[in-house]
Amino acid sequence: MSQTLDPSSVGAVAAKRARFAEPLRLKSGAVLPEFELAYETYGELNAERSNAVLVCHALNASHHVAGFYADQPDNVGWWDNMVGPGKPLDTGRFFVVGSNYIGSCFGSTGPASVNPATGRPWGADFPVVTVEDWVAAQARLADRLGIQRFAAVMGGSLGAMQALQWALDYPERVRHSIVIACTPRLSAQNIGFNEVARQAIMTDPDFHGGHYYDKGVVPARGLRIARMIGHITYLSDDAMMEKFGRQLRREALGFDFGTDFEIESYLRYQGDKFSTYFDANTYLRITKALDYFDPAADFGGDLSKAFARARADFLVVSFTSDWRFSPERSREIVRALLDNRRVVSYLEIDAPQGHDAFLLEDPRYHKALRAYFENIPL
Amino acid sequence: MTEADTILRWVAPGCRVLDLGCGDGSLLKRLWSERQVPGYGVEIDDAHVLECLKNDVNVLQMDLEDGLAAFADRSFDVAILSETLQAIHRQEPLLKEMLRVAREAIVSFPNFGYWRARIQIALSGHMPVSKELPYQWYDTPNVHHCTLVDFEALCARLGFRILERAVLTGGRPVGTLPNLLGAIAAYRVSA
Repeated sequence: MSQTLDPSSVGAVAAKRARFAEPLRLKSGAVLPEFELAYETYGELNAERSNAVLVCHALNASHHVAGFYADQPDNVGWWDNMVGPGKPLDTGRFFVVGSNYIGSCFGSTGPASVNPATGRPWGADFPVVTVEDWVAAQARLADRLGIQRFAAVMGGSLGAMQALQWALDYPERVRHSIVIACTPRLSAQNIGFNEVARQAIMTDPDFHGGHYYDKGVVPARGLRIARMIGHITYLSDDAMMEKFGRQLRREALGFDFGTDFEIESYLRYQGDKFSTYFDANTYLRITKALDYFDPAADFGGDLSKAFARARADFLVVSFTSDWRFSPERSREIVRALLDNRRVVSYLEIDAPQGHDAFLLEDPRYHKALRAYFENIPL
Repeated sequence: MTEADTILRWVAPGCRVLDLGCGDGSLLKRLWSERQVPGYGVEIDDAHVLECLKNDVNVLQMDLEDGLAAFADRSFDVAILSETLQAIHRQEPLLKEMLRVAREAIVSFPNFGYWRARIQIALSGHMPVSKELPYQWYDTPNVHHCTLVDFEALCARLGFRILERAVLTGGRPVGTLPNLLGAIAAYRVSA
């Protein structure tokens, strides 16, 4: 309960939901007849409506960016170390919007929602959604909140892809795009990992082709393996070695297939936990959204041409030990921005934790973000 | 007059500038406020990168030793290497890269041929320590010192044209015997 007294916390927050009755045409050609978007806000929108910052989330997070829920004081937002009064993204100065995306399992319209055409959960029939679709849906949320132009759109990983896409699809609506631990496209290796995760889910006997909601089961085994694989890619080899080494869970090697090593136990725990709260159909769609993200694709693979329409200023941040979306990928983004003479700064933080470093409180990283936000005029 | 004043004088308003080893970004800040010159700084040091962000200048955290692959050919008017040359391991490739990405390069460095440096070695036998070279030999970021004539010889070998030279000591221009009386040298060169 200590959060209630923490002056750097936004305190108790509540999730909200916005309903949009106008159909949304998706990149796939499919149409969502209507949809809901879950979101949270912190701070106050100023009279000029010039201080709004949109925070986009990554794969397994949600619109619950900061603060905690009154009835769940331990459920602290995933970027609470970044967002709050006096934090790098200072809610005393900025009006922060944490937005969920369509296809999610955290309150927005997704595969577990009811398909108005059938009166039953969408399940496998829920369309494959893309980062562009998410951004288009979020733009409607911005309209609803009366935000014509964001002071900044920011995110890490998959959230950073949304921040980038915002700057491309709504150039006049984004003053600053803050792109952290991102890549302009997934590598074959990245897609390979995603495909293993999808296969784990889809070959689970409880998957039922995606229509498992009315069968009273969930493909927990598949989801669990998907999460274990994902988790390995979020951490660096060094970070894993540092945290777990070859430490044993039991007195000695068991010469069986129980849990010998700490790392096995950790991954099993993470997988188990994930499978209790995350939806398998959502996981399939998010990994596809990742795989499909490629703003250069429509420009013959030329990222510089893809960025020609951007008008925002950019801050790009990478972490040296991130082998999932390595600094080299961020430098590609920077180079394309330089080719277009965009205002851009680039930080390459020498952090050992791997991809997940963007969630951690490295003082160099946080001081830099703080300095950047302080220089955004309102 | 400082070395920064010299560099400012050499950069025409509206030019696009790349400042390599830009430190806290103060030169870029002056270039913008006094000459309306937009620029990018390249800096490796975390503390300096943070200062640049605070100074609201564009900074790219990259290692100059890795080259300038992030920058397209002729994408800048001027590439500046201000008092950083002596801290670079592979100077030749970097100088060539500067004139690939920019029309002109401005390079400044402490002159190791300055009489005070010569005297320190000659008389005390110690490596020079001074205002321009404030480090002990075992604790210095500098790896390749040179004199004016050394740098000019390198330019000749690389086929660079020296367009202008400014030699300073204690904020004053040095006219005679620059390699002996100059503490700091700045050059404007092109390919």
